[in-house]
Amino acid sequence: MSLCEGVLRILEEQADLQNYSRVRRVTLEIGMLSTAVPESIEMCFGAVTRGTLADGAALEIVRTPGEAWCKKCAASVPVKERYTPCPRCGGFDLELRAGDGLRIKELEVD
Amino acid sequence: MCVTCGCGQPGHDHDHDHAHPHDHDHDHGHSHDHDHDHGHSHDHGAMGAVHDATISDARIVQIEQDILSVNNRYAEANRRFLANRGVFAVNLVSSPGSGKTTLLCRTISDLKGRFPVSVIEGDQETEFDAERIRQTGAKATQLNTGKGCHLDAHMVGHALEELDPAEGGVLFVENVGNLICPSAFDLGEAHKIVVLSVTEGEDKPLKYPDMFFQADLMILNKIDLLPYLNFDVDKCVEFAQRVNPDIQVIKVSATSGEGMQAWYDWISRRRDATVSAWERAKRLHA
Repeated sequence: MSLCEGVLRILEEQADLQNYSRVRRVTLEIGMLSTAVPESIEMCFGAVTRGTLADGAALEIVRTPGEAWCKKCAASVPVKERYTPCPRCGGFDLELRAGDGLRIKELEVD
Repeated sequence: MCVTCGCGQPGHDHDHDHAHPHDHDHDHGHSHDHDHDHGHSHDHGAMGAVHDATISDARIVQIEQDILSVNNRYAEANRRFLANRGVFAVNLVSSPGSGKTTLLCRTISDLKGRFPVSVIEGDQETEFDAERIRQTGAKATQLNTGKGCHLDAHMVGHALEELDPAEGGVLFVENVGNLICPSAFDLGEAHKIVVLSVTEGEDKPLKYPDMFFQADLMILNKIDLLPYLNFDVDKCVEFAQRVNPDIQVIKVSATSGEGMQAWYDWISRRRDATVSAWERAKRLHA
């Protein structure tokens, strides 16, 4: 819920900067390893935006895969969860590089 | 009136009859009427007469903004506030019932002679915990999140103003008991510390990996109960390190006092470093 409110606040802030008065579509990027649950965001988005400049806006969610740097293999490897080992060496000395983001990517406005 | 954000707290009885950026939550644990007359005028000028919903003048705007960016701005303001006073701040997170408040009460009783200690208590409801903390002699402010499940940096900013923490001290923020949402919200602290008690499962770090990933220290509490439980300490530590190879671990019992010295050393070293940095900065600006 508060993540949706965060989205709305950014939409309202950007309205003045980007000179728009209505939001038609919002594209969010939610990493596979992010805390946010896309289903809950979809559910809350409509409720939070009702009566605002984004009332009725379509919500599009793009999932980005997890990617980590394995120090042992010195290579970039795909990861599904924070606790899964490196698929190459089975080690856990991984540094997450992508897939934990929670961003507004793009808006369709008028 | 709030000096950081101008949100009008406390009182909250103002009407929003102006274009308000609304960059904060109004979760203050009490109900209030909140008129919300946003100035979103839809002036289409001369074209207004011929405007047709089917002829859309829609355009695409790339904004690439972190959804938590608003919270993060408040967190940075809190961090500056704390740095200007040389206050070392930690954010304590855990599930409900891990013994955070008991751990804090004992910590304060044992450390308050060394440096000033202040506490921000977060709970959904009640003043109980702040009251317990105040009995130890430390300054405490209670934040009630109402329906909210975590503290955010904006609420903490207000609590900091009210609390007015002493220079060169330690600030403990006791977050709402919840291992999920608090992991995403930076409050301006130096470190997140996750408290896990041995009466919980040793697989918690895998079940709630985000929190253990964000924490720099795991305090394993209630170790005096280990003889009565099937809790595998080594396995728990291994699980935590799978999620976060850099996580440090301190095993304590806030009841018996076992292991507490290591925890006090951990805080004191970091608090001393914070104070040295603050004093250096003051000399530079003098």
